[in-house]
Amino acid sequence: MFPELNNLLNTTPEGAEQGKLTLLCDAKTDGSFLVHHFLSFYLKANCKVCFVALVQSFSHYNMVGQKLGVSLTTARERGQLVVLEGLKSAVDIFFRPQEEPHPLQFLREANAGDLQPLYAFVRDALEPVDCGEAAWRCPVLLVDDLSVLLSLGVGPVAVLDFVHYCRATVCREWKGNVVALVHDSGDAEDEESDVLLNGLSHQSHLILRAEGLATGFCKDVHGQLRILWRRPLQPTTPRDRSLTYQYKIQDKSVSFFAKGMSPAVL
Amino acid sequence: RHLSPRLTPSEGLARPPPPPTDNCPNGSFRPSHDSVEWEGRSLLKALVKKSALCGEQVHVLGCEVSEEEFREGFDSSINNRLVYHDLFRDPLSWSKPGKALPGGPLEALRALDKRTGSGPATIALDSLSWLLHHLPCPILCQTLHALSRQDSCPGDTLPGEQVRVLGLLHEELHGPGPLGALSSLAQTEVTLSGTMGQASAHILYRRPRQRPTLQTQWFSILPDFSLELQVEPLLESQPPSDLHTPSVDPTTHLTFNLHLSKKEREAKDSLTLPFQFSSEKQQALLRPGLGQATSHIFYEPDAYDDLDQEDPDDDLDV
Repeated sequence: MFPELNNLLNTTPEGAEQGKLTLLCDAKTDGSFLVHHFLSFYLKANCKVCFVALVQSFSHYNMVGQKLGVSLTTARERGQLVVLEGLKSAVDIFFRPQEEPHPLQFLREANAGDLQPLYAFVRDALEPVDCGEAAWRCPVLLVDDLSVLLSLGVGPVAVLDFVHYCRATVCREWKGNVVALVHDSGDAEDEESDVLLNGLSHQSHLILRAEGLATGFCKDVHGQLRILWRRPLQPTTPRDRSLTYQYKIQDKSVSFFAKGMSPAVL
Repeated sequence: RHLSPRLTPSEGLARPPPPPTDNCPNGSFRPSHDSVEWEGRSLLKALVKKSALCGEQVHVLGCEVSEEEFREGFDSSINNRLVYHDLFRDPLSWSKPGKALPGGPLEALRALDKRTGSGPATIALDSLSWLLHHLPCPILCQTLHALSRQDSCPGDTLPGEQVRVLGLLHEELHGPGPLGALSSLAQTEVTLSGTMGQASAHILYRRPRQRPTLQTQWFSILPDFSLELQVEPLLESQPPSDLHTPSVDPTTHLTFNLHLSKKEREAKDSLTLPFQFSSEKQQALLRPGLGQATSHIFYEPDAYDDLDQEDPDDDLDV
């Protein structure tokens, strides 16, 4: 969790809003620092988190999480965190009998159909259980990332349907949050990626877009973050507020500053 | 009896709601194109509100937002006239205790036709993009055509049975083929954009046997989803011209000289350019005077040189 990013988003773990879809998007840079931010943010906020981790191994996220002050192993052991480790599961699916549907069932099918098994996994992981214990604050689904599903052969409409169902169940019914990372390839010919990104943008309440600098790589400024608030719930707030900041990623934190105001430049 | 379409540009979006006027041709289909930057759901809700205030029944096929979210901002008089057909919660029948509408999206769309039998009605499709992603384009177009009753003769249906179909379409999600097909079905097409925080609608009217007309209207949506029309905003980027600033002469304070004195100007004018062929030059060339040495060329031939004393032009008959 990066305290400076919390300030920019005007939120704290204690006062996090609920029922929101947050879209993380990166273009010409690596936006995974945003995934680590939200993972540690929601764990600190005492939320039940379902993490669909398709890109890196669990130990990688755990290592980064420890730098940010959360232990994923501990959270998993006490039931706060459910992780679908995509890299491991994808291999398992070929070596186990086909009894029950696997979340990544589409890998076995000739025509990658829909993501209903993945949605079923998320629903079972996050369903609120009335068992008398201290309940977690709200359910949160975190996906890293959705573009991988496109690369694995799932169509963009199927991915949009999956996010639609997660939004209907997690956000609307259970008043939880969904955070998902998507890559913007910037390639004008990649229509599927464009349909996915634009379709998700229309559904999102908050869009965080990390972009590389137009002038290229820089040692002191790693990129630019655009924050777009869409669909405010109160009609009186200004529609579609947008802010832009530049950032530098350090070992245990990320510092944000206004455009052109990097400490290295001033 | 022929119902003439009375949707003139002045009566369309230009008239503030209400008064109820018979301002819609029998059966019309109006898609609104929006984009991520300029969202269209607020305009759709404003049009829905306008229809409801006219006393019509409004059927909303909701695919993208939940019923609570769509009804938010409407007061009870509008909500009472609004029937929400929920395709948001479980459109593809994935839930175990099925909450889906029977028959899936296509049947839900066709069922709207039967529901709007009595009285003027408005059908709002939120959104056409969702339907286009889940239904084949030809089937969707045929169903929309039947829904808006465009194939029925104007004399067959009474004015009380008019059906207006509004659709929300996210332009960036579709290729030119489906967009073109839906455009050809529409009587009115509204594309949203804007500048400097002010939203605008580009409205294309297609009337039978008339040329399509294009109109741009600036607008804003108030918190209660009333539509407010506005004048085009002045461009603020033109800098104000100041007539009183004295113009500064840029040739002052230079480190080099841009001006010529009188003597220098005379010397310049009397100078003969080297390649200008005047009579003095001709005389000087014809008669080399004293002090002008004729030029000699000294050439040392190599061992490999082949000096041919013949004139190569000898055989020319000139």
